Amino acid sequence: MGVSGVRSGVLGIALAIAWAGSVLPAMAREELVDQGRKLFRQCQSCHQVGPKARHAVGPYLNNIFGRRAGTLEGFRYSDAMKQAGQDGLVWDEAVLAAFIADPPGTVKGTRMKFRGLKGEADQKALVAFIRQHSPGSSNIPETPPTAPVHASAGDPDLPEHILSITGDPAYGEYLSSECVTCHQASGEDKGIPSITNWPARRFVTVMHAYRSKYRENPVMRSVAASLTDEEIASLAVYFETLE
Amino acid sequence: MGITRRRFAKGAAAIAGAGLLTGMGHAAYGQVRPKVVVIGGGAGGATTARYLAKDSKGAIDVTLIEPTKAYYTCFFSNLYLGGFRSLESIGHTYDRLASDFGVNVVHDWAVGIDRDAKTVTLAGGGSVPYDKLVVAPGIDLIYDSVPGYSLQAASLMPHAWKAGTQTALLKNKIATMREGGTFAMVAPPNPYRCPPGPYERVSMVAHLLKQSNPTAKIVVIDPKEAFSKQALFMEGWEKHYPGMVEWLPASIHGGIESVNPQTGEIVTGLDTIKADVANIIPAQKAGRIAEAAGLTNESGYCAIEPATMQSKADASIHVIGDACIAGDMPKSGFSANSQAKVAAMAIRADLTGSSKFPPRFSNTCWSLIATDDGVKVGARYEAGEEKIASVDSFISQTGEDAALRKMTYEESVGWYEGITADMFG
Ligand SMILES: Cc1cc2nc3c(=O)[nH]c(=O)nc-3n(C[C@H](O)[C@H](O)[C@H](O)COP(=O)(O)OP(=O)(O)OC[C@H]3O[C@@H](n4cnc5c(N)ncnc54)[C@H](O)[C@@H]3O)c2cc1C
Ligand code: HEC
Ligand code: HEC
Repeated sequence: MGVSGVRSGVLGIALAIAWAGSVLPAMAREELVDQGRKLFRQCQSCHQVGPKARHAVGPYLNNIFGRRAGTLEGFRYSDAMKQAGQDGLVWDEAVLAAFIADPPGTVKGTRMKFRGLKGEADQKALVAFIRQHSPGSSNIPETPPTAPVHASAGDPDLPEHILSITGDPAYGEYLSSECVTCHQASGEDKGIPSITNWPARRFVTVMHAYRSKYRENPVMRSVAASLTDEEIASLAVYFETLE
Repeated sequence: MGITRRRFAKGAAAIAGAGLLTGMGHAAYGQVRPKVVVIGGGAGGATTARYLAKDSKGAIDVTLIEPTKAYYTCFFSNLYLGGFRSLESIGHTYDRLASDFGVNVVHDWAVGIDRDAKTVTLAGGGSVPYDKLVVAPGIDLIYDSVPGYSLQAASLMPHAWKAGTQTALLKNKIATMREGGTFAMVAPPNPYRCPPGPYERVSMVAHLLKQSNPTAKIVVIDPKEAFSKQALFMEGWEKHYPGMVEWLPASIHGGIESVNPQTGEIVTGLDTIKADVANIIPAQKAGRIAEAAGLTNESGYCAIEPATMQSKADASIHVIGDACIAGDMPKSGFSANSQAKVAAMAIRADLTGSSKFPPRFSNTCWSLIATDDGVKVGARYEAGEEKIASVDSFISQTGEDAALRKMTYEESVGWYEGITADMFG
């Protein structure tokens, strides 16, 4: 499975210490989750969590703890992921951390194009954040005593009249030439998230979150500030069609 | 798809040329296919050639003239000096531009441009006709702007301001410098390629020396009084390399009087600095071919129309990248890539009647100060009447936390992958 005994063992100890509930003050846990929320930006291009989460490029990640891999209704998994689930891969702390660290190394042949998140501290924080969206996870042995469920890492909702603007894909293609200096047109993700093949409405919501300065990245704020609602819609329809 | 169309068209042209199909309408298609010649296959030229070929889907005949078979990016060449990258990882070839996009890649020097006949002469003999010409030769160095420095001296005191063998030479000299030796850089006067480049280089050399030669010293002899991202670099040097780097502005050293490549001496108004390794970055101007074609003005660079990148001297010629006067845009690979797309769109609209969209310009320059300590500066620009003008900018702040700096560095790695894929396919 790629999760080596040594590795998950070490991780298990680290986690057991970190989550010995009463040992870890509430503040520290909050901080960990906060750090995880920031790290989740690296997943956000493909995954949603929270009350309104839906499948996107990847499946939604609510209630992932204790669930077999590759088993959500309505999402087209790779054969590799389905097989892994059938072979008994269940998402828990150690497995999630290992998968986040090295997706193809953990599930060979997975369709998840993500370079991997290095650093155990970061992996731990991210898993802690994802756990917030698995409220039932307190039944799983290595879980902290009931953690508060946080609001989703979602972006501000947009009014329907903005979400439903019809974009011009040809104009979108021209505008995209500016984006692909950083975001690879092939969907490859190395340090800058992939933006191909997103559902258009989600794309529009995210671009507006940069334009309204809800999201922080200064490069993207500057990019988004220069785009009109129509231009954002055009980019969204164009990128939606890029595999 | 572009390729098959192209192959067909080329074949048709050959046959038409042989006189077999003359007079037949569709055969003439090959002959009237407009020709664009691009001089220089760097950040500006390679991007222009690729976008022209890709977006015209074979309707434009694109020739790229570039002498070298492997292009080493100046961007990330400092990371090679610092040990974060291999030399191979910053080398790129033109294979895919030819095979996937149908660009005719000619490995030769352009030595002359006949603007009346609309032809480009090649060093290897022969000439190539054009309907539109893109001039993107980057910079040439003005060696004698530093008295005592010369093309020959560059093997003793490398500039490494064009990447490849010069960069490898400089790295070798640093690696074999005597213990406790002095690395001295003569920084360039404005305007020059990559404003934060010399200071990123200082950071990377410091990073290397801190591990291999911790008692070594770095001295920067600068003809300027201030430089790009100064506060960020100064803070970083203090934090990561305390006591190692000394930066001397003109008001302190009193002017650079001469250098002696044999002895390694750098004579300033105040003092003579004896360098064990000297890195001399002289003043710069547009690549020589631009000057030979009469496209440059007294500044040594080429004036352009902001909305299209057309030369002010000749409407059939577009000048992009380091060779042009891009108003507020710095001379960077990012800028050259951004200008290339504007020029390609304008050329395509003129030659094939495709839609003309408003030009969009932007730039971001990342610099690495130490492991996982990246900073950035960037801006957006608009084509004004007189110049390309900055409309909105951002810069990393001093005192940022380590996680943000690491993320910034990772962004730059993503950008490198993105821009090189965008240039070479
Ligand atoms: C140390 C250093 C670090 C840098 N870091 C960054 C960075 O992090 N980010 C960034 O955006 N920029 C960076 N830059 C700047 C960047 O490298 C240049 O701005 C960019 O390469 C300019 O592109 P260009 O197309 O104008 O010229 P070039 O990329 O130099 O390309 C010009 C090409 O033209 C060819 N040529 C020249 N004359 C002729 C001729 N007569 N006939 C045919 N071909 C010819 C040359 O062989 C060359 O391949 C850095 C530069 C340096 C030196
Ligand atoms: C200079 C490099 C650069 C350019 C150019 C750029 N981006 Fe980005 N983009 C980034 C970075 C870095 C991030 C990650 C930001 C963050 O952490 O919030 C990002 C994030 C995004 C996201 C959110 C991804 C996610 O996973 O949440 C979208 C959508 C996006 N960019 C779209 C675009 C579009 C559309 C363009 C062109 C109009 C563009 N970008 C141009 C660097 C760039
Ligand atoms: C580029 C898009 C992309 C990114 C970025 C991405 N994922 Fe995925 N992810 C996917 C896809 C696609 C799948 C389905 C994989 C398969 O079927 O092989 C997936 C599957 C998963 C699964 C298995 C879900 C299940 O239902 O069994 C988990 C867990 C997961 N991702 C977590 C993450 C985390 C955490 C991150 C951020 C560190 C992340 N992913 C980043 C695309 C992505």
